Amino acid sequence: MARAITTKQKVIWTALAWAFGLLMFFPIMWTFLTSFKTEGTAIADPPVWFFFDWTLENYTAVQERSNYPKALMNSIIIAVGSTLLGILIAVPAAWSMAFVPGKRTKDVLLWMLSTKMLPAVGVLYPLVLLAKWLGVMDSRALLIVVLMLINLPIIVWMLYTYFKEIPGEILEASRMDGASLRSEILYVLTPMALPGIASTILLNIILAWNEAFWTILLTTVDAAPLTAFIASFSAPEGLFYAKLSAASMMAIAPILIMGWFSQKQLVRGLTFGAVK
Amino acid sequence: MATAHSRSAARIMIAPAVFLLLVWMLVPLCMTLYFSFADYRPLRATFDAWIGFDNYVRFVSSSSFLRSVGTTLWMVGGILSITIVGGVLMALLLDRQMYGQGIVRILVIAPFFVMPTVSALVWKNMFFNVDNGLFSYLYKFLGLQPYDFLSQAPVFSIVIIVAWQWLPFATLILLTAVQSLDSEQLEAAEMDGAPVLSRFRFIILPHLSRAITVVILIQTIFLLSIFAEIFVTTNGAFGTRTLTYLVYQRVLESQNVGLGSAGGIIAVILANIVAIFLMRIVGKNLDN
Repeated sequence: MARAITTKQKVIWTALAWAFGLLMFFPIMWTFLTSFKTEGTAIADPPVWFFFDWTLENYTAVQERSNYPKALMNSIIIAVGSTLLGILIAVPAAWSMAFVPGKRTKDVLLWMLSTKMLPAVGVLYPLVLLAKWLGVMDSRALLIVVLMLINLPIIVWMLYTYFKEIPGEILEASRMDGASLRSEILYVLTPMALPGIASTILLNIILAWNEAFWTILLTTVDAAPLTAFIASFSAPEGLFYAKLSAASMMAIAPILIMGWFSQKQLVRGLTFGAVK
Repeated sequence: MATAHSRSAARIMIAPAVFLLLVWMLVPLCMTLYFSFADYRPLRATFDAWIGFDNYVRFVSSSSFLRSVGTTLWMVGGILSITIVGGVLMALLLDRQMYGQGIVRILVIAPFFVMPTVSALVWKNMFFNVDNGLFSYLYKFLGLQPYDFLSQAPVFSIVIIVAWQWLPFATLILLTAVQSLDSEQLEAAEMDGAPVLSRFRFIILPHLSRAITVVILIQTIFLLSIFAEIFVTTNGAFGTRTLTYLVYQRVLESQNVGLGSAGGIIAVILANIVAIFLMRIVGKNLDN
């Protein structure tokens, strides 16, 4: 609302909004602070806020755990791999639905979305069975494929909405000038579609990074990403708040930063164009 | 504009995505359907391919089924109420003129990007823990007896954790909707002397109703399959076993695949009922 309001009003709204914002952010802030404390300070009574001896020992301790670097690597490979694979399959599909829509395009899009709504437990055992049968249980390849499939509807959908915004006349013009389908895609469409593709990649890396059903149930040791690594902290082992906090911060920091860049895409990607 | 050539090219381009999703949906689902009519317990090497509807009857008539449905409803209902009411208020608040709006937005949205296992463990240990949790210090500070959240109010505790993760999502979408509100209409109502509450009731709320519906439907679909938060906090104990969790336990923990598969099919049917409504809204929007 672009209405003039008094400074006093503005100050009141600012204070209120900041209070709620800080309240929502508090658990992350607290985890951040705790990750720099010693285990003793972490459970000090009363709680210590800012004035303690900041230490990096928790971060080194977590990194020295044999399985942390592996979990981090697995998270990166699985999240990036499944997203890129999904993009590879989704770009042609979204392209054809956006520029050569047929009678069934709408049905196909909606049907794709409906696969996203299939509850995971409905297909849990068959998937475990198939994975064991194929000998791919606890492998990154399995998780890349599974996460690609559960996110494919969202990837297709996001790309479709982005491609839809590209004016079709430009494509026609390039066709008139004799561009082949391949060069049309490569030299005309791709440069215009790149921002949309980039945001789709960003949001889907976030979704894949945080996925915590299949990543926990389909891995044990070799392919376990950070979600599963953190879940292993659920059995407490003496004093561990500071180490838990350090591990948590390392698991969420990259995604928090990416997430802040993809706020707008979040609405587009997760409401399937139903809210504009 | 589309030639026959480009049409067939389009069909080829769409084929891999359709094929993969079709296989992904049909093969495991058919297997689950098949198992749901079988007496299949791998640990005891039992496999009897056809026992009719026995699994369904046993799954539905067991007391744990009704309890799990109750827990699911409480959990989903609780999270939805908190996120919708909180989301509307937060969206209206964030829409105001203020200093540092961008930063506040970032602070509010951040919890959505925290992975479920992290938020569940952080809340469980650093907030809810009865000995060292922050809430216990707060209770002691106020002169109250520390409260063991996860064993005394387990469902409520999980509701808090998940609502914290999803409130940003509701806020962000409702904020998008609030920002598309025609401010002249509001100003006119204000000049005509309509009080704040009736402006909210008769102008803002109707405008938001569609976005609210979408948030409810999308969240319901995701919330019906909450898993990690229960897995790392209570592991299904203290009455926090939702339908999803019950199926998981039947299938993977007690390895009664037939029974669990029947539960899985029931979960699929329930989710589909919600999905149909969501699809209708999305489909209508696609026409415009």
